[in-house]
Amino acid sequence: MSAEATIDQETQNAIDIDRAKGDFHFPENHKYDAGVGLSTDTINYISDVKNDPDWVRAYRLKAYETFLSKPMPTNWATEDLNNIHFDDIRYYLADGQKPMRNWEDVPAEVLETFERLGVPEQERAFLAGVEAQYDSETAYSSVKEELEKDGVIFVNSTEGLKEHEEIFRPWFGKVIPTGDNKFSALNSAVFSGGSFIYIPKGLKVKHPLQAYFRINSENFGQFERTLIIADEGAEVMYMEGCTAPKFESTTLHSAVVELVAMKGAKIQYVTVQNWSSNVFNLVTKRGLAHEDAEVRWIDCNIGSRLTMKYPGVVMKGERARGEVISIALANDGQHQDTGAKMIHAADNTTSNVVSKSISVGEGRATYRGQVLIPKHLKGCKNNTECDALMINANSKTDTYPAITVRGNQHVTQHEASVSQVSQEMLFYMQQRGISEAAAMSLAVNGFINDLVSEFPMEYSVELKRLIELEMEGSVG
Amino acid sequence: MSLVIKDLHANVEDTPILKGVNLEIPKGEVHAIMGPNGSGKSTLSKVVAGHEDYEVTSGSVSLDGEDILELDVDERSRAGIFLAFQYPAEVPGVSNANFIRAALQARLPKGEEIDAVAYYKDLYSKMDVLEMNRKFTARAVNEGFSGGEKKRNEILQMMMLDPQYCILDETDSGLDIDALKIVAKGVNAMRSPDRGILMITHYQRLLDYIEPDYVHVMADGQIVKTGGKELALELEESGYDFLKDGGLVNA
Repeated sequence: MSAEATIDQETQNAIDIDRAKGDFHFPENHKYDAGVGLSTDTINYISDVKNDPDWVRAYRLKAYETFLSKPMPTNWATEDLNNIHFDDIRYYLADGQKPMRNWEDVPAEVLETFERLGVPEQERAFLAGVEAQYDSETAYSSVKEELEKDGVIFVNSTEGLKEHEEIFRPWFGKVIPTGDNKFSALNSAVFSGGSFIYIPKGLKVKHPLQAYFRINSENFGQFERTLIIADEGAEVMYMEGCTAPKFESTTLHSAVVELVAMKGAKIQYVTVQNWSSNVFNLVTKRGLAHEDAEVRWIDCNIGSRLTMKYPGVVMKGERARGEVISIALANDGQHQDTGAKMIHAADNTTSNVVSKSISVGEGRATYRGQVLIPKHLKGCKNNTECDALMINANSKTDTYPAITVRGNQHVTQHEASVSQVSQEMLFYMQQRGISEAAAMSLAVNGFINDLVSEFPMEYSVELKRLIELEMEGSVG
Repeated sequence: MSLVIKDLHANVEDTPILKGVNLEIPKGEVHAIMGPNGSGKSTLSKVVAGHEDYEVTSGSVSLDGEDILELDVDERSRAGIFLAFQYPAEVPGVSNANFIRAALQARLPKGEEIDAVAYYKDLYSKMDVLEMNRKFTARAVNEGFSGGEKKRNEILQMMMLDPQYCILDETDSGLDIDALKIVAKGVNAMRSPDRGILMITHYQRLLDYIEPDYVHVMADGQIVKTGGKELALELEESGYDFLKDGGLVNA
């Protein structure tokens, strides 16, 4: 047993083979390429290619100004952000195809990519609709016919803003304003792809809708933009998966996701991301919950070089509920900076945050939470739990909870714990014949066990497998 | 066929704890080691299992002729050594059923899977011997267990893993008489010509229920006296005072 996170060649080979599931890419074949670096020309190029309406072009250009005016948030976040060189990134790469409704119409390499990632197979097995994005644009988008008949809209953002402006525009950028942070401004300037979903009043979509975001090109930035609106009493679950091959240079993923749950509606947004360790993953996600509505973020962050993500819920109507359930695994050389933002803006609103992080080797896990309950409200409740598990002495974990409660008619509860996979626990498990790597992965799976059950079945199996792979790589 | 410990010396942080232990446990026999606190009994069990806090400075431990001191903890386990812990560790969030299953899975060749139906059938029948509630399978390993439950769990794992050599470290401590009888029933069910058992205990009480073939007395890191089961009764009556007067301890 060694405290050092060294990997022998045999283990390394075993992991490499398994990693191959996501670690491959095809030669680039782009008809449209905005080139390297960012300027108003880049934005105009994107607007031209996408044939944006004027209001969208204006929105992008204004957002670019905001992006330039905002400093990198290194006053509170990691200095590693300064290693993102905006001038070296390519902001738009596409082959000029519209999203296909049938997999057989999708270009061969793109189809093969998604087949290797298992997307068409999952669609047949348990999904109500799928969107598959390849670099900047959606390659495939399809929703079950009966849902289309019921009035469900599931398209990419480009189609959403053009074909459904009357629903799209009133909410676009309203939950997350352009200037929310530097990266939401960047996304607003160059966004492409992502989903637009509308679920009509009272419709409860039984099966999940899924989006898969795939980066194929080096030095590339993926900036999808998602807006999901569940009308009164509607219910939907949306799942997102993400991968990228491992390139030498850095890749940027900076999405903006806005959810709007109207009166009594319920939206669950599930993420299982498994980025390779060269990806900066800087994502802004927030939901707006009206009266009696519920927004749940179920989030699992594995991989990436740096992830900064704090899903939030603004509880705008009485009795609205917000929830963030998150798992973060920071392996060697990775920093998972995650958390939750709960803004109570009406009486009797309830929020719940359960965060579990695992840091391995040199991995670093940071929790940042913000809960705001203003003075004029009554009957609000928040529960926050954050637990950290450290594996070996080099790991680092920090917790920055900020719970601001004004007035005295509220209930808040905060618990935090830091634990370790102790030497005695490992000795015990190994004495039963279980290898060190398997023992680690059992301990980690045990730590997050109660949260894994919150994920849909198909994802919880995948999650356990991903964690096993990560743990195999972290012990000698 | 036996577990042979020869002139074993081991340190913890440069302090010698074992100072030349010699012991042979042939298959088919039950041995007991008794001795005062601090004599090195528990250390011996951990050194044989391969705990990394203990440094073996000389001597050997061999299993049916194969030296095992170079093996990792899990390899020694799979080679046939089982240690029932005095203080079993908790494994939060991992159910007993999954834990034992993982241990059995670790013994299969790569690509082979445990048959779940047969596994549960086996597990339940062994739990019945130990009078354990079925709900136990879903509980996390040792988490919130009473002392008696932990010890029964150790015996259950031992029965499931079917080891060639069992070392029971103070299995009787913290047990009331009823629990002790149940645990003893489990251990006695494990007695077999194909298995060697070593019990480490402070009290003679356990030996009323699991009758040993041999009793050894350990003091200051060595086996200082060996006899039949009657030796345990002598110790019960006159204690370990003879160690001080009799000059059995190496000067």
